[in-house]
Amino acid sequence: MSRAAVVERPIDVAALQSEVSSSAAGAVTLFIGIVRDTNAGRAVLGIEYSAYSGMAARELDAILLEATAAFAGVALAVEHRVGTLAIGDASVVIAAAHAHRAPALDACRYVVEQLKQRVPIWKRELYVDGSRDWVHARTDGVVSESAR
Amino acid sequence: MQLNVLLFASYAEVIGAHAVAVSVPDTATVGDVVAAVRALVPDSELPPALVAVNQVYAQPGQLVCEGDEVAIIPPVAGG
Repeated sequence: MSRAAVVERPIDVAALQSEVSSSAAGAVTLFIGIVRDTNAGRAVLGIEYSAYSGMAARELDAILLEATAAFAGVALAVEHRVGTLAIGDASVVIAAAHAHRAPALDACRYVVEQLKQRVPIWKRELYVDGSRDWVHARTDGVVSESAR
Repeated sequence: MQLNVLLFASYAEVIGAHAVAVSVPDTATVGDVVAAVRALVPDSELPPALVAVNQVYAQPGQLVCEGDEVAIIPPVAGG
Protein backbone atom coordinates (compact mmCIF):
# COMPACT_ATOMS: atom_id res chain seq x y z
CA MET A 1 0.00 0.00 0.00
CA SER A 2 0.99 3.60 -0.36
CA ARG A 3 -0.76 6.85 0.42
CA ALA A 4 0.26 10.50 0.30
CA ALA A 5 -1.55 13.65 1.38
CA VAL A 6 -1.02 17.36 1.90
CA VAL A 7 -2.80 18.29 5.14
CA GLU A 8 -3.66 21.46 7.06
CA ARG A 9 -3.72 19.86 10.52
CA PRO A 10 -1.07 18.39 12.83
CA ILE A 11 0.34 15.08 11.58
CA ASP A 12 -0.38 12.01 13.70
CA VAL A 13 2.92 10.11 13.57
CA ALA A 14 1.55 7.04 15.36
CA ALA A 15 -1.33 6.82 12.89
CA LEU A 16 1.07 6.73 9.96
CA GLN A 17 3.14 4.06 11.69
CA SER A 18 0.01 1.96 12.23
CA GLU A 19 -1.10 2.52 8.66
CA VAL A 20 2.01 0.92 7.13
CA SER A 21 2.49 -1.76 9.77
CA SER A 22 1.48 -5.36 9.24
CA SER A 23 2.25 -8.77 10.66
CA ALA A 24 4.68 -9.29 7.76
CA ALA A 25 6.60 -6.06 8.37
CA GLY A 26 9.70 -6.67 10.42
CA ALA A 27 10.88 -3.09 10.05
CA VAL A 28 9.19 0.29 10.12
CA THR A 29 11.17 3.48 9.51
CA LEU A 30 9.81 6.93 10.26
CA PHE A 31 11.19 10.21 8.95
CA ILE A 32 9.88 13.26 10.77
CA GLY A 33 10.78 16.70 9.42
CA ILE A 34 10.58 19.23 12.25
CA VAL A 35 10.64 23.03 12.35
CA ARG A 36 13.86 24.05 14.10
CA ASP A 37 14.79 27.23 15.88
CA THR A 38 17.67 28.44 13.72
CA ASN A 39 18.62 28.47 10.05
CA ALA A 40 21.83 29.89 8.60
CA GLY A 41 22.54 31.56 11.92
CA ARG A 42 19.17 33.33 12.20
CA ALA A 43 16.74 32.72 15.05
CA VAL A 44 13.52 31.28 13.64
CA LEU A 45 10.03 31.74 15.13
CA GLY A 46 8.17 29.46 12.74
CA ILE A 47 7.64 28.54 9.11
CA GLU A 48 4.73 29.20 6.74
CA TYR A 49 4.29 26.29 4.33
CA SER A 50 2.23 26.58 1.17
CA ALA A 51 1.61 24.16 -1.69
CA TYR A 52 0.28 23.82 -5.20
CA SER A 53 -2.08 21.27 -3.73
CA GLY A 54 -3.22 19.32 -6.77
CA MET A 55 0.24 18.98 -8.27
CA ALA A 56 1.87 18.28 -4.90
CA ALA A 57 -0.46 15.33 -4.38
CA ARG A 58 0.25 14.06 -7.89
CA GLU A 59 4.00 14.40 -7.48
CA LEU A 60 3.93 12.66 -4.10
CA ASP A 61 1.90 9.82 -5.62
CA ALA A 62 4.46 9.51 -8.43
CA ILE A 63 7.33 9.34 -5.92
CA LEU A 64 5.56 6.63 -3.95
CA LEU A 65 4.99 4.64 -7.15
CA GLU A 66 8.70 4.88 -7.94
CA ALA A 67 9.62 3.79 -4.42
CA THR A 68 7.27 0.82 -4.42
CA ALA A 69 8.71 -0.23 -7.81
CA ALA A 70 12.29 0.13 -6.60
CA PHE A 71 11.73 -1.51 -3.19
CA ALA A 72 9.28 -4.32 -3.82
CA GLY A 73 7.03 -5.08 -0.88
CA VAL A 74 7.44 -1.72 0.86
CA ALA A 75 4.38 -0.03 2.36
CA LEU A 76 4.50 3.77 2.47
CA ALA A 77 2.49 6.61 3.95
CA VAL A 78 3.42 10.28 3.66
CA GLU A 79 1.79 13.43 4.96
CA HIS A 80 3.11 16.96 4.44
CA ARG A 81 1.56 19.75 6.45
CA VAL A 82 0.92 23.28 5.17
CA GLY A 83 0.02 26.45 7.05
CA THR A 84 1.93 28.25 9.80
CA LEU A 85 4.01 25.88 11.92
CA ALA A 86 5.84 26.57 15.18
CA ILE A 87 9.21 25.32 16.43
CA GLY A 88 8.94 21.60 17.13
CA ASP A 89 5.97 21.01 14.81
CA ALA A 90 6.28 18.16 12.31
CA SER A 91 6.14 19.46 8.73
CA VAL A 92 6.43 16.08 7.05
CA VAL A 93 6.20 12.46 8.17
CA ILE A 94 7.19 9.47 6.03
CA ALA A 95 6.48 5.95 7.26
CA ALA A 96 7.94 2.96 5.44
CA ALA A 97 7.41 -0.68 6.36
CA HIS A 98 9.02 -3.78 4.90
CA ALA A 99 9.84 -7.30 5.96
CA HIS A 100 13.48 -6.19 6.30
CA ARG A 101 15.26 -3.06 7.48
CA ALA A 102 17.32 -2.18 4.41
CA PRO A 103 14.43 -1.55 2.01
CA ALA A 104 12.45 0.20 4.75
CA LEU A 105 15.34 2.60 5.38
CA ASP A 106 16.18 3.05 1.69
CA ALA A 107 12.58 3.69 0.63
CA CYS A 108 12.14 6.28 3.37
CA ARG A 109 15.32 8.05 2.28
CA TYR A 110 14.28 7.93 -1.38
CA VAL A 111 10.94 9.53 -0.66
CA VAL A 112 12.30 12.39 1.43
CA GLU A 113 15.08 13.24 -1.02
CA GLN A 114 12.71 13.22 -4.01
CA LEU A 115 10.10 15.19 -2.08
CA LYS A 116 12.60 17.95 -1.40
CA GLN A 117 13.60 18.16 -5.05
CA ARG A 118 10.27 17.87 -6.84
CA VAL A 119 7.14 18.43 -4.81
CA PRO A 120 5.72 21.96 -5.24
CA ILE A 121 5.72 23.02 -1.61
CA TRP A 122 7.30 26.24 -0.39
CA LYS A 123 8.32 27.61 2.96
CA ARG A 124 8.83 31.09 4.28
CA GLU A 125 10.74 31.39 7.51
CA LEU A 126 9.57 33.87 10.12
CA TYR A 127 12.46 35.24 12.17
CA VAL A 128 12.62 36.45 15.73
CA ASP A 129 13.73 39.90 14.47
CA GLY A 130 10.40 40.30 12.61
CA SER A 131 11.72 39.66 9.09
CA ARG A 132 10.79 36.73 6.87
CA ASP A 133 12.31 35.04 3.85
CA TRP A 134 11.49 32.38 1.27
CA VAL A 135 13.73 29.36 1.62
CA HIS A 136 15.02 27.78 -1.55
CA ALA A 137 16.12 24.24 -0.87
CA ARG A 138 17.72 23.74 -4.26
CA THR A 139 20.38 26.27 -3.43
CA ASP A 140 20.34 25.22 0.21
CA GLY A 141 19.94 28.75 1.43
CA VAL A 142 17.85 31.85 1.55
CA VAL A 143 17.57 33.82 -1.67
CA SER A 144 14.85 36.43 -1.56
CA GLU A 145 14.69 39.40 0.76
CA SER A 146 11.43 40.69 -0.59
CA ALA A 147 9.15 40.14 2.37
CA ARG A 148 10.24 42.55 5.05
CA MET B 1 -3.95 34.03 -26.73
CA GLN B 2 -4.71 34.89 -23.13
CA LEU B 3 -3.35 32.53 -20.51
CA ASN B 4 -4.23 32.46 -16.84
CA VAL B 5 -1.01 31.58 -15.02
CA LEU B 6 -0.99 30.30 -11.45
CA LEU B 7 1.55 31.88 -9.10
CA PHE B 8 2.98 30.62 -5.83
CA ALA B 9 5.39 31.63 -3.07
CA SER B 10 7.77 34.46 -4.04
CA TYR B 11 6.09 34.98 -7.43
CA ALA B 12 2.65 35.36 -5.85
CA GLU B 13 4.04 37.76 -3.29
CA VAL B 14 6.03 39.99 -5.63
CA ILE B 15 3.35 40.13 -8.31
CA GLY B 16 0.66 40.50 -5.67
CA ALA B 17 -1.73 37.80 -6.90
CA HIS B 18 -2.15 34.04 -6.99
CA ALA B 19 -2.95 34.08 -10.70
CA VAL B 20 -2.29 36.49 -13.53
CA ALA B 21 -3.52 36.79 -17.11
CA VAL B 22 -0.82 37.23 -19.75
CA SER B 23 -1.04 37.69 -23.51
CA VAL B 24 1.31 35.47 -25.50
CA PRO B 25 1.50 34.41 -29.17
CA ASP B 26 -0.55 31.35 -30.14
CA THR B 27 2.75 29.51 -30.68
CA ALA B 28 4.08 30.44 -27.23
CA THR B 29 6.39 28.12 -25.37
CA VAL B 30 6.76 27.57 -21.66
CA GLY B 31 9.80 29.87 -21.79
CA ASP B 32 7.72 32.63 -23.38
CA VAL B 33 5.17 32.37 -20.57
CA VAL B 34 7.87 32.71 -17.90
CA ALA B 35 9.28 35.74 -19.71
CA ALA B 36 5.83 37.34 -19.93
CA VAL B 37 5.22 36.83 -16.22
CA ARG B 38 8.67 38.08 -15.20
CA ALA B 39 8.17 41.15 -17.41
CA LEU B 40 5.32 42.21 -15.11
CA VAL B 41 7.92 43.10 -12.47
CA PRO B 42 11.06 43.90 -14.47
CA ASP B 43 13.34 45.02 -11.65
CA SER B 44 12.47 42.40 -9.09
CA GLU B 45 14.82 39.73 -7.82
CA LEU B 46 12.54 36.80 -8.56
CA PRO B 47 14.40 33.49 -8.57
CA PRO B 48 14.57 31.33 -11.70
CA ALA B 49 11.46 29.18 -11.89
CA LEU B 50 10.20 26.02 -13.52
CA VAL B 51 6.79 25.69 -15.13
CA ALA B 52 4.13 23.05 -14.79
CA VAL B 53 1.58 22.50 -17.54
CA ASN B 54 -1.50 20.63 -16.38
CA GLN B 55 0.31 19.81 -13.11
CA VAL B 56 3.33 18.19 -14.79
CA TYR B 57 6.80 19.80 -15.06
CA ALA B 58 7.36 21.11 -18.58
CA GLN B 59 10.50 21.80 -20.63
CA PRO B 60 11.14 25.44 -21.69
CA GLY B 61 10.53 24.61 -25.36
CA GLN B 62 7.18 22.94 -24.83
CA LEU B 63 4.25 24.67 -26.51
CA VAL B 64 1.35 25.82 -24.38
CA CYS B 65 -2.26 25.77 -25.52
CA GLU B 66 -5.26 27.85 -24.59
CA GLY B 67 -7.00 26.20 -21.67
CA ASP B 68 -3.85 24.57 -20.26
CA GLU B 69 -3.36 24.86 -16.51
CA VAL B 70 -0.05 26.72 -16.45
CA ALA B 71 1.78 27.36 -13.18
CA ILE B 72 5.07 29.04 -12.32
CA ILE B 73 7.00 26.83 -9.89
CA PRO B 74 9.63 28.77 -7.92
CA PRO B 75 12.40 26.74 -6.27
CA VAL B 76 10.62 24.23 -4.07
CA ALA B 77 11.38 23.79 -0.37
CA GLY B 78 9.25 21.02 1.06
CA GLY B 79 10.29 18.91 3.99
